[in-house]
Amino acid sequence: MKYLPLLWAGLFRRKARTILTLLSVVVAFLLFGLLQAVQIAFESGADTADAKRLLTTARYSIIEPLPMAYVRRIETVPGVVGVAYAAWFGAKYQNESNAFALFAVDPARYLDMYPEFTVAPAHRDAFVAGRTGALAGRRLADRYGWTVGQKLPINSEIHPRSDGSMTWEFDLVGFIDAEDPAVRGNTDIVLINAKYFDEARQFGKGRTGWYIERIADPAEARAVAAEIDRLFANSPDETKTQPEKEFAIGFAKQIGDIGAMVTRILIAVFFTILILTGNTMAQSIRERIPELAILKTLGFSDAKVTLLVLAEAVLLLLLGGGLGMAAATAVMPMVNGSTGGRFPPLFVEADTWARAAAVVLGLALAIGLPPALRARRLRIVDALAGHR
Amino acid sequence: MGRALGPVVRITLINLLTLPQRLGTALVVVVGIAGVVGVLVSVLAMAEGFRHTLGSTGRSNRVIMLRSGSDAELSSGIPREQAALLASLPGIARDPAGRPLASAELVVMVDLPRMGEIHPNNVPFRGVQPAAFAIRDELAIVEGRPFARGVREVIVGRKASQQYAGLGVGSRIAFRDSDWTVVGIFESGGDVHESEIWSDAEVAASAFRRLGYQSLTATLADASEAGFTGLAALVKRDPRFAISVLREPEYYAKQAQVLSWLIEVLGYTVAAFMAVGATFGALNCMYTAIASRQVEIATLRAIGFGGLPVVVSVMIEALLLALIGGAVGGALAWVYCDGATLSTLNFNTFSQVAFAFRVTPTLLAQGLAWALLIGMVGGLLPAIRAARLPVTVALRTQ
Repeated sequence: MKYLPLLWAGLFRRKARTILTLLSVVVAFLLFGLLQAVQIAFESGADTADAKRLLTTARYSIIEPLPMAYVRRIETVPGVVGVAYAAWFGAKYQNESNAFALFAVDPARYLDMYPEFTVAPAHRDAFVAGRTGALAGRRLADRYGWTVGQKLPINSEIHPRSDGSMTWEFDLVGFIDAEDPAVRGNTDIVLINAKYFDEARQFGKGRTGWYIERIADPAEARAVAAEIDRLFANSPDETKTQPEKEFAIGFAKQIGDIGAMVTRILIAVFFTILILTGNTMAQSIRERIPELAILKTLGFSDAKVTLLVLAEAVLLLLLGGGLGMAAATAVMPMVNGSTGGRFPPLFVEADTWARAAAVVLGLALAIGLPPALRARRLRIVDALAGHR
Repeated sequence: MGRALGPVVRITLINLLTLPQRLGTALVVVVGIAGVVGVLVSVLAMAEGFRHTLGSTGRSNRVIMLRSGSDAELSSGIPREQAALLASLPGIARDPAGRPLASAELVVMVDLPRMGEIHPNNVPFRGVQPAAFAIRDELAIVEGRPFARGVREVIVGRKASQQYAGLGVGSRIAFRDSDWTVVGIFESGGDVHESEIWSDAEVAASAFRRLGYQSLTATLADASEAGFTGLAALVKRDPRFAISVLREPEYYAKQAQVLSWLIEVLGYTVAAFMAVGATFGALNCMYTAIASRQVEIATLRAIGFGGLPVVVSVMIEALLLALIGGAVGGALAWVYCDGATLSTLNFNTFSQVAFAFRVTPTLLAQGLAWALLIGMVGGLLPAIRAARLPVTVALRTQ
């Protein structure tokens, strides 16, 4: 610690150069923080998955509907402690299609299935009791300026009402929110009552989209899932049941390997930083060879001089990485604001900080070691004489 | 003019001739800018490839009909009896035998894993009527044969057969309670249909237990605007239908919107950040380059060279390095990405679409423009500083 002023003096010996280098490191880590957040957002389903939840879809495609009557039969499977279901509505609001997800659900079953959603008791009661009630995610409601008590006119892309009209109207009776920012991304939904939806729609009656099961013991997940699928094997509507996390990972994979793409971009970024900073560092040490020789003359051991040079690289990367990650954290609310909630919320996780620290350390070693070893080999006489 | 240029050319030459001595710093500029351009071009090539695939789908003399209010085939539905009525409308072309050039089609999703993976993907499965092949004359069977009518046989798009496992000619695939045989591979100019699996509509309807169709594709009898609006108005006026009529290119361009916007935003954001970082790097290197030549530059000015030639020579050096960096980055993107295929979930259609990276000349030019911009910003400040440093001060140091 007592060498910090010395390190600082060495680092900022040429202010402009160090500041420019520092800024490029800051930018690299800012990008690192943002891209990691994007990757996490795409795979967030897997992070917020509950190990005690299973998901049942039609066996050959997730878009095929399943009979609503399955709910009673799934309930009989040992190990299943709760069953909920949901159907995709294909919401279009103000001509924006796919702007948000709207599910037709059994209110009590669905809300019980997702205890991580917070719904005020009065809102919940109104939703459970009413036929035409709807709950909306808080973020979503803020985006469109919805208030409790108003009518929500929403078109369906898929389901006409029995009179052929595609326009539906629901009463907004409450909001869904979540404490955990990662879960909040999953609340960008509107829920409606499946009973009303099923009565009023023209076709597809008696069917729902998928089932969600709560199980008693996560260790039994596979056995319970197999048992559910066995119930419906060789029926016209076979099922595929898997743990929620597995489903989420599979769905993220449909989009493609986001992780691999982000990794490739970051490799390009950090390779560039490595070359850039490495060159600056080497140059800086080259210029200071006489000074290093003086340090050695004063009695600094070879090891100490080596460590000093290495520490300088660590300090530079630590400063840049820290500032960059702090900047990424700071701009996140702005980024989330500008996407208007159309994208899941981005945030810098503790895990991302840990990874950034690992990258800082790796880069510092790669950048600092060559000049540090050079400083170690330095012979005082040669260095002072100006032989480099 | 020649006299004015003389000093500039001479100093620039001196600059460039000493460049090999400063190879280290010069390389840093080149690598930094190559990184920016490489990432920019490859990400945009992805957006370009995706847009090209959807943009090259469909012809303006063809229309697609969907239920009003549906933006994509998957959410649309056309009852059987209506499909027959729509096909026989007067605005639709007929073949020499007098049959309408219209194909009512059903689209379902089937789960298939990508090559070497296990996770299922929403691969579109399209049941088509016999007229489909006369309507889409860009489609050609390149391997095997067409499917026979009334049998569980499929033909597979070239890109689908490359992306997903088990779609070679002769292989069997199981969906629902039915087994299908792949009998052929087709190409259709790299458009979106190459990501699909096709079969006979009637067979597909019974296997997937569908009562209706998703869409109807037809050739216009009169491809002019009048012919199109005539047909659209006819459908709109008819109280039996709640159907919207779109020209094919219009429909498919809409399907590309969300995803290509997303990829572009990602590409430009990442490249902008990297460009800022690379600009700092370039600034650093050019300052260093000038610092190491401070005495030389001061000497030149002492013997009568003006400030402008010095500025210009430094700028030329920076731009040249940037240009090399840009070219390297573009070349890397072209070598590694161009033509590579990938598939992703199109949010508009909720189905997989396979496409190839397209590194176009426009993208390469755009990459070079970014490189030059970085070079310009990175070179200008150091150049001005070199020209403005008082000669006496510059000569006294060192």
